[in-house]
Amino acid sequence: MSKVKSIKDIPLQEYLMPGHAACAGCAMALAVRHVLKILGRNTTVTVPACCLSVIQGIFPKTAVDVPLKNTAFASAAAMASGIKAGYRVQGKNVNVIAIAGDGGTYDIGIQALSGAVERNEDIIYLVYDNQAYMNTGIQRSGATPYGAWTTTTPKGKTEKRKDLGFIMIANGARYVATVTPSYLMDFYSKFQKAKERKGSRVVIDLSPCPPGWRYDPGFTIEIGKLAVQTGAWILWEFEDGVFQFTGFSKMIAEGKAKKKPVESYLKLQGRFKEIIKSKEKIEYYQELINENWEKYLKIAEIYKKK
Amino acid sequence: MRKVEVDKEMGLKSVKEYPPAPLSKPAEGAGGKTGLWRTYRPVVDLNKCTGCRICWAYCPDRAIKLRDDGKVEVDYVWCKGCLICFHECPVKAIDKVVEEFGE
Amino acid sequence: METLILTANHAVSYGAWSSRVKFVAAYPITPQTTIVEMLSEFISSKKMDAEFMTVESEHSALAAVTGAESTGVRSFTATSSHGLLYMSEMVHWVARARLPIVMPVVNRALAPPWSIWVDHTDTMSHRDTGWIQIYVSNNQEAYDMVLQGYRLGEDRKVSMPVMICMDAFLLSHTFAPVKILTPEETDSFLPPYKPLWKLDPENPFSVGGITTAEHYYEFSEMMDQAHRNAGEIFDEISREYEKVSGLLQTGKIEKYRVEDAESVILALGTMAEETRVAVDRLRAEGEKVGLVKVKMFRPFPNKEIREALENKSLVVVMDRSVSYGHEGPLSIEVKSTLYPSENRPPVLNFIVGLGGRDVTFKDIVSFHKIAKKKVTEGKKVTEPIFVQLKV
Repeated sequence: MSKVKSIKDIPLQEYLMPGHAACAGCAMALAVRHVLKILGRNTTVTVPACCLSVIQGIFPKTAVDVPLKNTAFASAAAMASGIKAGYRVQGKNVNVIAIAGDGGTYDIGIQALSGAVERNEDIIYLVYDNQAYMNTGIQRSGATPYGAWTTTTPKGKTEKRKDLGFIMIANGARYVATVTPSYLMDFYSKFQKAKERKGSRVVIDLSPCPPGWRYDPGFTIEIGKLAVQTGAWILWEFEDGVFQFTGFSKMIAEGKAKKKPVESYLKLQGRFKEIIKSKEKIEYYQELINENWEKYLKIAEIYKKK
Repeated sequence: MRKVEVDKEMGLKSVKEYPPAPLSKPAEGAGGKTGLWRTYRPVVDLNKCTGCRICWAYCPDRAIKLRDDGKVEVDYVWCKGCLICFHECPVKAIDKVVEEFGE
Repeated sequence: METLILTANHAVSYGAWSSRVKFVAAYPITPQTTIVEMLSEFISSKKMDAEFMTVESEHSALAAVTGAESTGVRSFTATSSHGLLYMSEMVHWVARARLPIVMPVVNRALAPPWSIWVDHTDTMSHRDTGWIQIYVSNNQEAYDMVLQGYRLGEDRKVSMPVMICMDAFLLSHTFAPVKILTPEETDSFLPPYKPLWKLDPENPFSVGGITTAEHYYEFSEMMDQAHRNAGEIFDEISREYEKVSGLLQTGKIEKYRVEDAESVILALGTMAEETRVAVDRLRAEGEKVGLVKVKMFRPFPNKEIREALENKSLVVVMDRSVSYGHEGPLSIEVKSTLYPSENRPPVLNFIVGLGGRDVTFKDIVSFHKIAKKKVTEGKKVTEPIFVQLKV
């Protein structure tokens, strides 16, 4: 596939069938649709327990038009490793991708992911990070951000979220990137790169979730954009030991754009209602984002191109 | 209702007709007739549509179809009515109307 | 054919080599570790044309093996005790996906307290996973059952995984002569793996997607049918193996001096070998005793065991694990098997050998004496007897 530089370049071939069971406005379904367009027919997917186990639909039908192996919650990266090895010993070169939620990645699946990355398994791992256990009905995960309401953090989460990207860099992943489907060309650029590369590739996808984040489903794209524009989500990639910001985040990093106040991102989402209530909490949230940016500017400095 | 339809399409009246392991075939409507989920219906004004494909690209449900003339139309069989297209259309060519049931 | 002096662990490593396994993933656990260490050597020295994946847990070991097997490649792992428990979820995933993986499990006790010695609780707690379970009692059987396990599990009438249960240390680390088939001999017995289904981009489908109450039931019934088919064809497969190897095969159970016996002792694993000696001793004392070694535990050889035990005057069942609050698992099965018989002998259950406590032929002779005394005195024994308890 030639480089996708504009929407008109997006291939027409589809591998996610219509009538799948995702909620209206699901950013994960959108991400899966485009990832499969990029990877194409010669692909095999493995999925642990997560929303994607459900959106496939109900036996005897499936909404995914490439081979897909469902697997146990903690096992996505190990299953993908085994599938890739099975193809390899037969001399078959197939794109193998694990697609998992944040619960199956940041929490229960991190052991398998860490092992696979350490072994440099030749797999792509896509985590659609909707920042809570959405499939079980919105419970707190290690990826839930500070202040967010979930059914198990009724007053808002009191801890900061794990930084999986940082963990994956430290773990030695060959390619790590963050994306969100709101910025589709950035999304295409990174997955096209991931497809071409060998070794362990981890892509962390901010996946706005209308029922879990408490917003009208029509705002999915806008919320993803606001996450980036406020700096709550940073677009970057780490490749061959070099870190760089991409897209709007690059403009922020280079001082060509200013971060929007985080309030504009928070106030669209019912899950942040506790934060929105108080000026101090909004300020604290802004501080957290600024701190995270400081950290990433340092990472960029350490891993800059030599 | 969905269950009966699936059975009709895929057989499975007897255990002998089942695949030997739980294997599901790619098909439209694996999650049911998702068009029935809509509360709002997006409506495209073809006079305004510029064929930019933004709505098509952002649709999580593949419910926007590209027409031969380069413009778009909504596939109401599968459209869940999320209204991403309504919000993202740069020329406001997509309107929303309350869905009437029984159509 | 060549004869090597091997531990049972190394015998199953050779079994995987003979079976032309293409993928191994494993995680270390005592007393399993030497199985996969040897395979790692075989693969790195190119004696074996396969890939070895050193994963970070047993859960991942069986997940990776499942992944490779799902692409249509014969795959192997081995574990023990806590390792089996840690991969337990995947154990079910394998069987319900109908993947004929062969996995030796070295039977070891569970904690607390920590114990590395033999006990059957680990595999017994995985009785209902859908895996075929075979308890081996010597090193040769350990080797044989890897080959027969693949042949049985991969048969289209079966398509089920096979767990080879083998006693910690008594087998895993004890050397004995083992006859190894040549690759030609193996090939004449074990054809290349033709999977029931495989992941293939040319023929996409999803494996194990959500299935409602409308359809789940049928898949469970098919698994049960597969087990019944396995029970039917296993003896035939064993006979074929006997022809190729020249090694005497007994099939699902082995009967020793049962024909004219008045009482019969049943056991799994190495205890069955020890019982053989006890039977000879008891016979020398004039007791008409026989042994039924239960090799196949799932599917349970109901017919064979019923025929062997009907009309006997006493049945002694030794169990190396206990279903707390009830009885030993083998005893439960034996009683259930005998239920349709008109002449049901009394069945006495001895819980023995837990956590590696030694069970010698002398012990078994004394268990039989205790059992016989109780039955002769007309005592109805309904509870299991913890006969080795210090009191």
